This record gives sequence, structure tokens and C-alpha cells, in this order.
Amino acid sequence: MDHEKFGKHAVLYRPLVHTGKNYYLVVAVLVLVLAWGVGAYIYQFTTGLGVTGLSLPVPWGMHIINFIFFIAIGFGGTLTSAILRIFNAEWRIPITRAAELMTVCGLIFGTLNVIFALAKPQRILNLILYAHPQSPLIWDVIAIGSYMVLSIVYLYLPMIPDIATLRDSLPKRRRLYEFLALGWNGSPKQKKRLERLIDLLAVLMIPTAVVVHSVLAWIFGMTIRPMWHSTIFGPYFIMGAIFSGIGALIVVMAILRRVLHLEGYLKPLHFNNMGLLLLIMSLTWLYFTIAEYLTVFYGNEHSEMIVFWAKLSGEFAPHFWTQVLTCFVIPFALLISRRTRTITGTVIAGISVVIGMWLERFVILVPTLARPLLSYPRPTYRPNWVEWSVMAGCVAAMSLVFVVYAKFFPLVSVWELEEHEQ
Amino acid sequence: MPRWGMVIDLDKCTACQACSVACMVENNVPIVGQQESQRNRLISWHYVLADAEGEYPHFQARFIPRPCFHCENPSCVKVCPVGATYVDEEGLVLVNYDRCIGCKYCVANCPYGVRYVNWRHYHWPEPMEQALNPAVPLRPEGVIEKCTFCVHRLQKAKREAAAQGREMTDAELVLLPACNQACPASARYFGDLDDPESTVSRLARSPRAFRLLEDLGTEPRVYYLAEEKI
Repeated sequence: MDHEKFGKHAVLYRPLVHTGKNYYLVVAVLVLVLAWGVGAYIYQFTTGLGVTGLSLPVPWGMHIINFIFFIAIGFGGTLTSAILRIFNAEWRIPITRAAELMTVCGLIFGTLNVIFALAKPQRILNLILYAHPQSPLIWDVIAIGSYMVLSIVYLYLPMIPDIATLRDSLPKRRRLYEFLALGWNGSPKQKKRLERLIDLLAVLMIPTAVVVHSVLAWIFGMTIRPMWHSTIFGPYFIMGAIFSGIGALIVVMAILRRVLHLEGYLKPLHFNNMGLLLLIMSLTWLYFTIAEYLTVFYGNEHSEMIVFWAKLSGEFAPHFWTQVLTCFVIPFALLISRRTRTITGTVIAGISVVIGMWLERFVILVPTLARPLLSYPRPTYRPNWVEWSVMAGCVAAMSLVFVVYAKFFPLVSVWELEEHEQ
Repeated sequence: MPRWGMVIDLDKCTACQACSVACMVENNVPIVGQQESQRNRLISWHYVLADAEGEYPHFQARFIPRPCFHCENPSCVKVCPVGATYVDEEGLVLVNYDRCIGCKYCVANCPYGVRYVNWRHYHWPEPMEQALNPAVPLRPEGVIEKCTFCVHRLQKAKREAAAQGREMTDAELVLLPACNQACPASARYFGDLDDPESTVSRLARSPRAFRLLEDLGTEPRVYYLAEEKI
């Protein structure tokens, strides 16, 4: 490890020059899980959506839940890299790149999941060829498409100065880095332009993210189904996206800290601050949930009450109450006190919130479908092994993106750190 | 332009389900088999809903035959992202099987559950495939399908009338769809709701007439005649 080349932040470049035995083990396991998931999807693609647990009257299930869940997790990245940037919260710097990578991963795999949910995916291009703008799904195509382009550019731009460092210091992959560095030489003029461009993108990202999560919610909000047709859904989904995004980001931070030895960069301060944000969002979640359910309960409309009781005391009560436990009780108990708002405490709260927010998507999606307005024999939905395998494959693929990325680029924005130190 | 509609007299209906069977045969509705059917994958364009009303001792079971309602304000059509489900010139809600991407949004947003998914590629057991109706296209795996008010019969009747240089008569329209034709109790009527003289428009104006989930604002074109209290 030559310190002259990489300066005092050499540890951040360590994964690029040094690869341990465990690395290959992790990659092998992830590839195996991914291959299993790909196999499951190929089985679904060739045999038809009938191999999943879906049936009528529940035509949407895990693929749609994951579609929303993964994209929502991506909001964690936009929050830290764009919103906190605009507020000049300097403590965010060591987190931003991993967070933005999480956004891109969430968007890509979320979008893939909505394709998995199609019964005729080979006709996906019809969404463009015959787009019917009245449909909220087309709003999604436009919003998610823009968000994806913005996020990828927003991930890439702040990487350029670091790529240039790699181009100048790393003996291998010179052509790749040379190409990606776009002739960066670190002149004040270039720096000023880059900063302005990143600022502009940060400002663009925030409304785009708000639109994306709103139209995701409006897929449900625009229907005439009980407990979907609700004006709170747009804000509820935006709030939920920030909530689950922060939770997931804390978990990612903890893993990177342990694996890449980033103890000097991701400090208890970061976990404390993210934990406080998570606490605020947990309370916001409670408020939104009470607002939604109390309004329905008090209105006491027959068709809505059927879904309401199915959630609170019926078939979906285990999902509902676990969601309350993991989205509110556990994170609130852990994060309210400084004594438990430690790294371990925030990570447990983060994991709890991620599980809880997945369950929330389930509780929003399935009960309404499983309680149709007209009588139906035995309506229910249980995801089967194909759906679980595809989900496992997605999680493995996202982890793989991080693992491979770490070998090509530093997961912490070094130049921004240096800039900040000056 | 006609406005096609249907009236079903619940007082005459015996819930024999001949309508559902006739529909399956007429429209080449796939036979999904016992196993798939137990998993709620049954495809039945026409279905007889069993509805329980009231509490003992004032309990009443009701059977409601349910085709597609071809709503005037169809919630399925607006949400289709590719325009595969559409309203034709005469107000029928139809599906373009060649364009449908199987997103199932229409299924989720139809309050009446009239839309069905081809979850797999379903085969007709031998020798039933020889009895398929050549006038109705087969649907590929993955697309949505539903009742068409027997649009193929309607088109044929229209062509025949045009060839003879006349208008379609109310008498030939009343029993035009396969379900109506098969009804042994003569409980079903089809025709032009905009024609004040037609059987359906006369019956739809009856004080007994009601529509399902009317307060949703979907404006179904299928009217029911309520049972007289016994």
C-alpha cells in the first residue's frame, strides 16, 4: 500500500488493491443466490405467472410489493446526498456515495420487479409504443425513468475526481478510468463547474423523488378500492420511502464500516444523526398511520370496515401488528434514549424498520385485494417459493453491485472529504 | 348509435348456471382444471354470485348472475397503461389480446371482478379442442379476458340484417348473447338501452330495476330486476 499516491485516505482505496480470500467466498455465495433467483424467474417466464402464489382476486403480490419497497429504499440515498447537501449538512459526506449507489440499485431492481409482475413481459415495449397517459402506470414509467437517469448521473458526477485519482495512481484498468474521468485535471474551473452541476442535480432530484413516490402511491390511490382510494397515499408513500430509506442506509453503513474498516469515517456521530432522523420518521409514520386508520374507522363505511377489520383483527392481523411493532415500538424504544442510540442500537432499529416497511407494503397491497366488494370464494394470497426466490435473487444482486463496485471505485467520496478538510 | 345493455330478472332466475356454461362453450373459455380452479384460477366470464343478506330469521340467499357490466364509466379502461382494454364505438368494453401486457391493473380496479387472467397456457382436453368456436379468438397465456356481450354474435346479426337491407329487430336482440339464449327461465334480456321501445329500456325503467354497487359511479349497463318480497 503506497501512501504517497493515495495520501492520508489510503484506507479508502484499500479494497481496490487488496482482495482477501473472504471476498471470493462472499461473491460465490451471492452469485449462487442470484443464480437461484434467475432460475426461478426463468421458470416463471417460460411457464407463466401461474407458477407464483397469485390468483384472483389478488392479482398483485410480492413482485409489486418489492417494486415499491426497493424504489422506496432508494429514497434514503436521495435524502442524504441531495436533501442534506442542500442543507449543507457536512456530516453526510462519508455516507453520500454508498447512499447514492443504494438509490440506483433500488431503482433498477424495483423496476425489474414490476416487469416480473407482468404476465406478458415480452410485450413490455407496448408501454412506450401504445402508452395510454390516462393510466397511473404510465405516470410511473415517466417519473421512474427520469429519476433513474438523474440518479445514475448524480452517482457518476461526484465520482469523476476520484476516478481521476485512480487513473493517475492505479497501475491497472487505466483505459477504463481514463475514459470515465472525462479528462479531469482538478483545475479550479473544472471544480467550480462540477460543483454547480451537482448542486443543480441535487435540486432536480428532490422534486423528482417526490413525484416518483407520489405516483407509486397513486397506482393505488387512483383506484376505487376500499382503503386504497385515499388522499393520504401520496404523502404516506413519500414519508414511508424516507423512513425505509434511512433504515436501510443505516444497515448498509454498518456493513461497510465493519467490512471495509471505515471506523475512522463512519463514526458514532453518523449513526447518532441517522438514528435521530429515523426516530423523527418513526413518529411521523405513527402519525400518518393513525390519521389514515382513525379516519376510516370513524367514517365507518361498510366496505372499508371489511378491509379495516381484516387488517386489525382478521386474517392480516399478524402482519399489521408486527408492522406496528417494527415500525414504531422497537425503533422508538431504541432511539429515544442517548444510551441506546449507539451503533448497535441504531442498526437494530434500522433492520426493524426495513422489515416493518416491507410488511407495510404487504398490509397496504394484499388485504384490499383479498376483500373484494362482491362475494368471492376463499379469497387469499400466500407468496410461494418462486416469489421468495426472485426476491432473494434481487437482494443478492444488489449486494453484488456493492461488492463489485467496491473493487472498482472507492465507496466514500474522497475528494469531497479532502475539500471539506481544507 | 345503439347503447347495448342487459336486464336480468332475479325473480325468474333459478340460479341454474346454464348461462355460465353456455358462455364458456360459446367463447372458448379455457378449462383450467380442478387443481387450478381450487386455487382461484377459474376463468368464468359469466359467474353466478352467491350473496347472503340479513340475519336469521330474516335471512335471504340471493344469486346474482354476473356478466361484464360494460360500464359507461369503466374503471378498468382508464387504468390500462397500453390502451389494450378500450370502449368500442357502440360502448362495449373490450380487450385487445394482442396488446395486453398482463399488468393486471384492470383486474385490480374492476369492482365487480369480471376480469380474468390466463395464469398459464391452458389446454382443452381432447377431443374438446375440436368443438372450439371459430368465431371467437383464443387468448394467449398472460393476457386478460372477459365477457364481450358476445360481440361476435352482434356483428354477425348486424351483417345479416344489413345484407337483407333492414335494421336488427328487438326480438332477435333480446336472446342474442349465448347466456340469454341458454336461459331456460327466460330471465335475461339484451338490447338497445337508447331505444325507448326496446324490451331492455322498458325493463330498465321499471321500479324494480337496480344496478350493482351503483354508488361507485361506474354506471353499469346491466340492470337487475329485484325479487318481489315473498
